[in-house]
Amino acid sequence: MNEQYTLHVNGVDRAVTDAWLGENLLYVLRERLGLLAAKGACEQGECGSCSVLVDDRLVCSCLVLAASAVGRRIVTVEGLAERGAPSDVQQAFVDTGAVQCGFCTPGLIVAAHALLDRSPDPSDLEIREELSGNVCRCTGYGRIIEAVQRVAVARRETPQEPS
Amino acid sequence: MSTVETVETRVEGRARDGVIGTSPVRPDGIAKVQGSFAFSSDLSAEGCLWGATLRSPHPYARIVRIDAGPAWRISGVEAVITADDVPGRLTYGLISQDQPVFASGHVRYVGEPVAAVAADHPETCRRALAAIVVEYEVLDPLLDPEVAVAGTRDPIHPDGNVLRHQRIICGDVDATGPIVVEGTYEIGMQDQAFLGLEAALAIPDPGGGGVELHIATQWLHEDRKQIAACLGLPETHVRLVLGGVGGAFGAREDISLQVHTCLLALRLSRPVRMQYSRAESFLGHVHRHPATVWMRHHATDDGVIVKVEARYVFDGGAYASTSSAVLLNAITHTQGPYRCPNAVVDGWAVRTNHLPCGAMRGFGVVQACFAHESQLDRLAEASGLDPVEVRLRNAIHTGDVLITGQVLESVAPVARCIRETAELPLPDEPIGGHDRDVMRLPGGAGRTADTGHIRRGIGWGVAMKNLMYSEGFDDYSTARCRLADGRATIKFATAEVGQGFVTIAAQIARTILGVDDVAIDVIDTAIGSAGSTSASRQTWMSGGAVDAACRAARERLFEHVGSVHGVDPLRLAIDGIDVVDTFPESGGPALRVPVAEASAGIDIDETVEYRHRPTEDLDENGQGNCHVAFAFVAHRAVVDVDPDLGLIKVIQVATAQDVGRALNPLSVLGQIEGGIAQGLGLAVMEEIIQIDGRIRNASFTDYLLPTMLDMPPVVATLVEEPDPQAPLGAKGVGEPPCISVTPAIVAAIRDALRQVDGVGKPLTRVPVRPADIAL
Repeated sequence: MNEQYTLHVNGVDRAVTDAWLGENLLYVLRERLGLLAAKGACEQGECGSCSVLVDDRLVCSCLVLAASAVGRRIVTVEGLAERGAPSDVQQAFVDTGAVQCGFCTPGLIVAAHALLDRSPDPSDLEIREELSGNVCRCTGYGRIIEAVQRVAVARRETPQEPS
Repeated sequence: MSTVETVETRVEGRARDGVIGTSPVRPDGIAKVQGSFAFSSDLSAEGCLWGATLRSPHPYARIVRIDAGPAWRISGVEAVITADDVPGRLTYGLISQDQPVFASGHVRYVGEPVAAVAADHPETCRRALAAIVVEYEVLDPLLDPEVAVAGTRDPIHPDGNVLRHQRIICGDVDATGPIVVEGTYEIGMQDQAFLGLEAALAIPDPGGGGVELHIATQWLHEDRKQIAACLGLPETHVRLVLGGVGGAFGAREDISLQVHTCLLALRLSRPVRMQYSRAESFLGHVHRHPATVWMRHHATDDGVIVKVEARYVFDGGAYASTSSAVLLNAITHTQGPYRCPNAVVDGWAVRTNHLPCGAMRGFGVVQACFAHESQLDRLAEASGLDPVEVRLRNAIHTGDVLITGQVLESVAPVARCIRETAELPLPDEPIGGHDRDVMRLPGGAGRTADTGHIRRGIGWGVAMKNLMYSEGFDDYSTARCRLADGRATIKFATAEVGQGFVTIAAQIARTILGVDDVAIDVIDTAIGSAGSTSASRQTWMSGGAVDAACRAARERLFEHVGSVHGVDPLRLAIDGIDVVDTFPESGGPALRVPVAEASAGIDIDETVEYRHRPTEDLDENGQGNCHVAFAFVAHRAVVDVDPDLGLIKVIQVATAQDVGRALNPLSVLGQIEGGIAQGLGLAVMEEIIQIDGRIRNASFTDYLLPTMLDMPPVVATLVEEPDPQAPLGAKGVGEPPCISVTPAIVAAIRDALRQVDGVGKPLTRVPVRPADIAL
């Protein structure tokens, strides 16, 4: 366990020291870099709780070897907040009641940002398809869909740079 | 259709933001969306080690020897412990203490803990577990619950193979009617599948005389009682702090890794954290009981129920957990939300070498409801009534006598729930939707469906669910209210598991005290017990405790204001954010002081225990006032079915739920939608498969959970008839949503299949599998 490498996370180069090469990105983010927002819940890429962006692509960080992400841009939910203020998606999740236990929430927030940046006006079916890789056990998804729709409407009314 | 909007209209802006009846956002919401909320799996400490558990590979075996030597020789391994290292009580359990901390002598299910290790890295732990040598003499497992009922098999546990046998005899056992319908129904084993895996951090006291455990649980004080006994420590030396809880649904009622984590930390005088993998989680907590339920209903020609007969067999798995209480719930809900003057019910909960079963949302009533609702549809068909009419005709009312002899005192708007559900709009889009997108068809992305063959069915389910604990349990909750300088600080040990008690606790304080500034203190064992976050009880119980503590603090405030202003405190009341004199003397100006001002410089501190009314045990014939209160709900499901391939898609669920009073309408809607998703899961996809006592699908790849594509839109109405027995008029709302939606969905599938050939299929088992439909 003496590998050393650098990961570029949320715009900052971060040194990973004394690591074992078998560690996945989720473990390294949480245990070595102290970025605890991404959650582990299935270890198989089925539930989306560990979703992060790698070079703008939505991935399950439990399925990515951390060392393979060297030289790539990694964004976690910690990197979505602007100067500490919640993003529009984050605020909408709180306002619509899309958060209960909150364990799936960071992954869903990352996935919802990715969806809305790629498709600013998603249909109901598109939202359901795109977010079907993120399992929520508490909410039954109704308020989550409403949160995404609310952001889509707000962004149309107040155009802004994609986050 | 959004229920929330209609409810918010009802308060018409009269209410101050954040009080009862409004929907303020969660106090932990921003932390949760930003990822800074600390779940129990996020906790660590300086010098912390990882713990891990070795588990039995056999459903039933005798342990011949354990050799931990090879594990000790691995670099980085700091401890290996077994049953020999448990200093206190060797077993634990919620009702009877029959489950070993570590197996000694025998293992009784695949996954039973045998040893635990602590090491520097999770990978070291994995290697250490693999290195421990356990020699087993494999024994013939008991896997058929009927064998346990028959009593033909030697006990697999010193406490015997029957966990509980209870009958109910009510009225005329020979009563019958011209219509008799019967069926045998099976319910598969469902997993709670909370997302936040079991996790804990144990920090030993310097000197090793005690321990602090940060734990995701449903009941801190019950955990503490069981942990302290096993550690051989006084309860005062074991402090529990609620670690952030990633869902619960009953799976955190029982001990899992609590004792193991504390033992390792105390042994090493170092902090130890443990967390389960998903595969391990399936082994590490109890599940919903698989059950077989036979029911026979006797009725008049016009479909009025005369008598119900039933027999239940619940497979409790290897250890007792809450099986006896789950069985009580099932048998006492045999009649469902219907009048029933006569009953003969026989219930068994038995021990097998399967995974242990215990609490899951609905707690026995789910199994009973699938049976009684399937029966009501058979009764409807036999009596020529439609599913709505047969249910309205038999609907129970306040004041009716239940089959236990208990008078139903709760507000019981059963007929109203059914009627209001029926009035909700049906989906207007045709099969496949207006845009004909194949994703809307059963099978979705598989693009397998032939639209012309799809049939759309409608089904109904109605449920009654008890609230709070039963059978004489001395149930209470404790809350503390401090009021100073316009700020209220509320403390309780109520486990916030995602349901939002922290939100409504603050709403109650704002309402009672007239303050806007409310802080929620740390949730830990530094205050008396709040009881469990289960049985739909915390709104009633801990809500009642917070309400009572705030009222006590308010009395003190009135005394203070009264003495300062020379006014009888009995004349004072809260109006908005002010203390006001309700009977001002004529001519004089009415006293009106803002609470912030009135509470400046004083420090009021009140702690109150709230108890519900007592209940009693059932006698040998199942008679007794065993339940506290009941809530009711109706569901209507619309399902598209591909009869060729056995695939389904739930198109819509409509529901009207008896909530008493919605303290936070948005939170109530969240419980309704979330509960419906879990009931949908049980109806068509969720089941733990065990073959020869071994779980075959311990992963989210193989244990299927409803995704956003599986979940239909929910149209909901909140039926608000405040219950005078409830402290705030509010009933618990967590469990009813997941109960009758399951039979409603299955009934809709039956309805669709009936359209194919005029006969259909009985579909007596959940989850309904493709082969049950197509073959």
